[in-house]
Amino acid sequence: MAETALSAPGAAPPAPGPRAGGLDPRYLIAFLITVVLVVGQWRYAILGGYERLATALLTCVTAELVLSKLLRGRIANLQSAYISGVSLSLLTKPQGRLLWPFVLGGLLAIGSKYVLRHRGQHLWNPTNLAISLLLLTAPNHVSILSHQWGNDLATNTVIWVFGLAIAARVRVLHVTAAYLAAFFAFAALRTALLGQPLLPELAPLTGPMYQLFIFFMITDPRTTVASKRGRIGVAVLVALVEALIRVAADNHLPLPTAFLAAPPILALAIVGPIAKWLDLHRGVPARPAR
Amino acid sequence: MEPRPLGQTIVTVAFFATIGLAVLLDRRPDPAPTDAEHPGFAFTEVSEATGIRFTHRAARFDPKLANVEPHVAAVGAAVSVSDVDGDGWVDLYFSNSRLGEANALFLNRGDGHFEDVAAAAGVALASTPERGASMGSVWGDYDNDGREDLLVYRYGYLELYRNAGGLRFERVTASAGLDRWINSNGAIWVDYDRDGFLDLYVTAYFRPEVNLWAVQSTRIMHDSFEFSSNGGANVLFRNRGDGTFEDVTARMGVGSTRWTLAAAAADFDGNGWPDLYLANDYGPEELFLNQQGRGFVLARAGLESSSKSGMAVALGDIYNRGRLDVFVTNISEKGYLFQNNNLRLNLLDEAGRFENLAEGVVADAGWAWGSQFGDFNNDGFVDLFVANGFISADRDRSYWYDMSKIAGANRHIFEDAANWPPFGNASLSGYERSRVLLNRRGQGWADVAERVGVRDLYDGRAVALADLFNDGSLAVIVANQNQPATVYRGAADPANHWIAFALEGTASNRSAIGAEVIASYGGARQRRVVDGGMGFASQNDRRVHFGLGQAGWVERVEVRWPSGRIQTLAFPRIDRLHRLIEPGS
Repeated sequence: MAETALSAPGAAPPAPGPRAGGLDPRYLIAFLITVVLVVGQWRYAILGGYERLATALLTCVTAELVLSKLLRGRIANLQSAYISGVSLSLLTKPQGRLLWPFVLGGLLAIGSKYVLRHRGQHLWNPTNLAISLLLLTAPNHVSILSHQWGNDLATNTVIWVFGLAIAARVRVLHVTAAYLAAFFAFAALRTALLGQPLLPELAPLTGPMYQLFIFFMITDPRTTVASKRGRIGVAVLVALVEALIRVAADNHLPLPTAFLAAPPILALAIVGPIAKWLDLHRGVPARPAR
Repeated sequence: MEPRPLGQTIVTVAFFATIGLAVLLDRRPDPAPTDAEHPGFAFTEVSEATGIRFTHRAARFDPKLANVEPHVAAVGAAVSVSDVDGDGWVDLYFSNSRLGEANALFLNRGDGHFEDVAAAAGVALASTPERGASMGSVWGDYDNDGREDLLVYRYGYLELYRNAGGLRFERVTASAGLDRWINSNGAIWVDYDRDGFLDLYVTAYFRPEVNLWAVQSTRIMHDSFEFSSNGGANVLFRNRGDGTFEDVTARMGVGSTRWTLAAAAADFDGNGWPDLYLANDYGPEELFLNQQGRGFVLARAGLESSSKSGMAVALGDIYNRGRLDVFVTNISEKGYLFQNNNLRLNLLDEAGRFENLAEGVVADAGWAWGSQFGDFNNDGFVDLFVANGFISADRDRSYWYDMSKIAGANRHIFEDAANWPPFGNASLSGYERSRVLLNRRGQGWADVAERVGVRDLYDGRAVALADLFNDGSLAVIVANQNQPATVYRGAADPANHWIAFALEGTASNRSAIGAEVIASYGGARQRRVVDGGMGFASQNDRRVHFGLGQAGWVERVEVRWPSGRIQTLAFPRIDRLHRLIEPGS
C-alpha cells in the first residue's frame, strides 16, 4: 500500500506528498490504515484472528530491520513495514488458520524493496506485489479480502471521508480521481458493448478491497511516476488493463483465478513497474544506491 | 554507504526462493497419515440396488427473479429418517421442490429393499401452487401416541401430517395452529420447556411477505454478506399438549432474522435444558441458551464476530470428552474466498465459549452444505461426512467472477435481485466431491472419501445417517439438489465393536428427542443426543449409535431424559441395539 516515506535506501524523494502543514504525510497514511484496521476489526472482526496481524507485522518489521541493516548498514524507518504489515493482514484471507501466507507475504513485500530495484528505487508497491504473488502462486490456500465490511454505508463513509481528506492532504487525490473516472468510463463502455447493466460493474467500487486499493495502493508516490500528468496517465492505464482483464472474464477466458478475484491488484502489478521503469529512464540520471 | 554485493545476492536469491516456497506450500499434497490408508470402513452406493430411486427437482420462481433463480432455487433437496411404521427398520422421506413433483416416503422392507409409499400414505403431494415448495421435513411424535408424525416445511406454508397408523397420514396443520407461511429451510423438534410434548422451532430464510412465485418487489435479498439481519424471523411454536401449538417466539426471545439455514438443539451448557444453535447464512452463528424454559438468552460464546455463511449444524463429541461439539459448514473457493468451516470445541464450562479448531481438510470442504458426525468405522471416534457443491451447470462458465463484483458492494445494490449479474447457465462451485473426514482418534482429520468409495460430484444438500440395514454400520443418505439421491451403505471394520440404543419416553416426549446418552468405557466418555433435526434440512436416525473400537465392554451408560430423569445401565451387552423405555420416577 501507499508507503510514502518508505525508508527505502537511497531512493529519490517521491514527487507528490511533501510535508503538508509541517506534518509528514507518512503519518497520515499510517493513521488512515490504523483507522481502517481499528474500525474494521471493532465492527466486523475483519482480521479473522489477531495472530494474523501479529504474524504479518512481526515479519515485515523484522525483515525491514534485518535487510536494512544487512544491505544498508543502518536501521530503516519502520513506518512502511508497519503499513505493509497492516495492509497484508487486512487484504490476505487464507485457508483455515494458516499463517504462512502472512510470513511469505511479509517477506515478499519488504524483500521486494531491496531486490526489485532500478536506479535506486523500487518498482512495485510492496503490498501490491506481495498479494499479487501470493494469489498467483498459492491460489489453493490464499484469497483476497472480498467482503467483510458489512456492506453498509456508514463504514464506507468513514473510509471515504478519511481517505479523500488524506489523499488531498498528501496531494494524491488526482490519482484516485483519475482512476475512478477511468474505471467508470471503461465500465460504461464495457457494459454498453456487452449489453449488460452498469450497476453491477460499478458495485466493486463500494467494496473494501477497492477502497484500500484507491486510497493506499495506487496512490503510493514511491512507486509511481514523477509528474502529475504522468501519474494521471498511469492511473488511467491501470484502469484500462483492469478493464481488459474484465473483458476477458466477461468472455470466460481461462485466466488464472488471481486475475478474476483481484483485477485492480493485478492490473497495478503489471502497469506500475513498467511505468516506473520508463519514468526512471526518462531524463532522470541514475542515482547510486546508498 | 556502499552497497554490499554479497548481501544483495543472498537477499535476491532468498526473495525468489520465497516465491518458490509459496508455490511449494500451495501445491504439496496433504501428507496422508498411515491410518488414513486403512480407514477401517468402506461405502457402497446402493440407491439403485435398494430401490431408493429419487430425483429432486428444484423450484421455479417468478420470472422477475430469472437472473438469480439458480441461486435462489438452489435448496430444497432434503431427507429425514424415521421408523414410520414402527417395525424396527428406519424409513426415509425425501422432499421435492418443484410444484407438482412428489415427495417420497421409502418404506424399509427389512430385506435390503425400499418401497415408495408416499402417495398411498398421503404425504406425496407436498409441493403445490397453493401451499408452496417443500424444503424439508422432520419427524416426531408430537401427540405422544406412539406413532411418528411428519412436519414438512416449505417456501410457503408449514404442513403437519398426523400419523394415523396403518401407514396413513392426515393433514392437521390448521387445527394444530401451524397454518403459517414461513419461507423456511429448516425445522427441528425440541421440548424446550420439558413438559413432555415436542415443541417446534422453524427457521426462516426469506421474509414471510415474500412469495417467490409472485414477488411484489425484487428487493428480497440479504442486506449484507456478513452481518445480515433482514431475513425472515424464526418461529418457536410451543406444543400445548392438546394437539395445538402457540407461537411463543417473542416471549422466548428466539426470533432471529439472520437468514437461518439450520438449527440443532442440545444441552450445550450442561444445565439440563436444551439450547438452540443456529447456522445463519450471511451472518454469525447464534447460540441461544435456555433459561430453564422461561426464555432464551443469546450467548456471547465466541461466535458473534466470526461472520460467514453457515449452512448446517452437526453435533458430535469429537474427543470423547462427554460433551457435544459443533461443526458448521461454510464456503471455500480456491483463490476467491476462504470462509472456512468451523469445528467448534465446546468449552462453555471452563471458558464460556467455543474454540474453533478447523484447519486443512476440515476448514476447506468447498461450498459445503449438509454434514453429520458418525462413527463410520466403529473405532470409538466420530467421523464427518460433508456434502458440497452449489450449482453444477456449464463446466466452462463460473459465476464466481460475477459474485466477486457484488459481494463487497454496498447493500443497496445487491439487496435488489435485479442488480445481480444474470446467472445464465454458469456454475458456482459446482462438481465438487463430497468429503469423508476420518477422525484420527483425536489426532487430526484426513479426507478418505476417495479411498472409502465416495466419488460422486453431485450438488449435495441434506445428509442423514442411519443404520438402514440394522447391522451396526452407519449408512449415509444424501439428498442432492436437482439430482438423484445417493445412499452409501457403510461397512465398518468387523473387528470393532458397537452399541446402539432406541429410546422411548414416558414422562418425556415419546420420541425421546433431546435425550442425551453418555457411554463410558476405558476412560472414554462418548455423548450422543437423540436427534430432532440437525445438519442441513435433515434428520438422522434417532437411535443413537456408538462405535467402541476394540473395547469389549461398556462400563456405564447414562441416559439423561428430557424430563430430567437419569437412567444408568452397567455393562450392557455390546454389538447390539438396546431398546430403552424411560423408567418411572
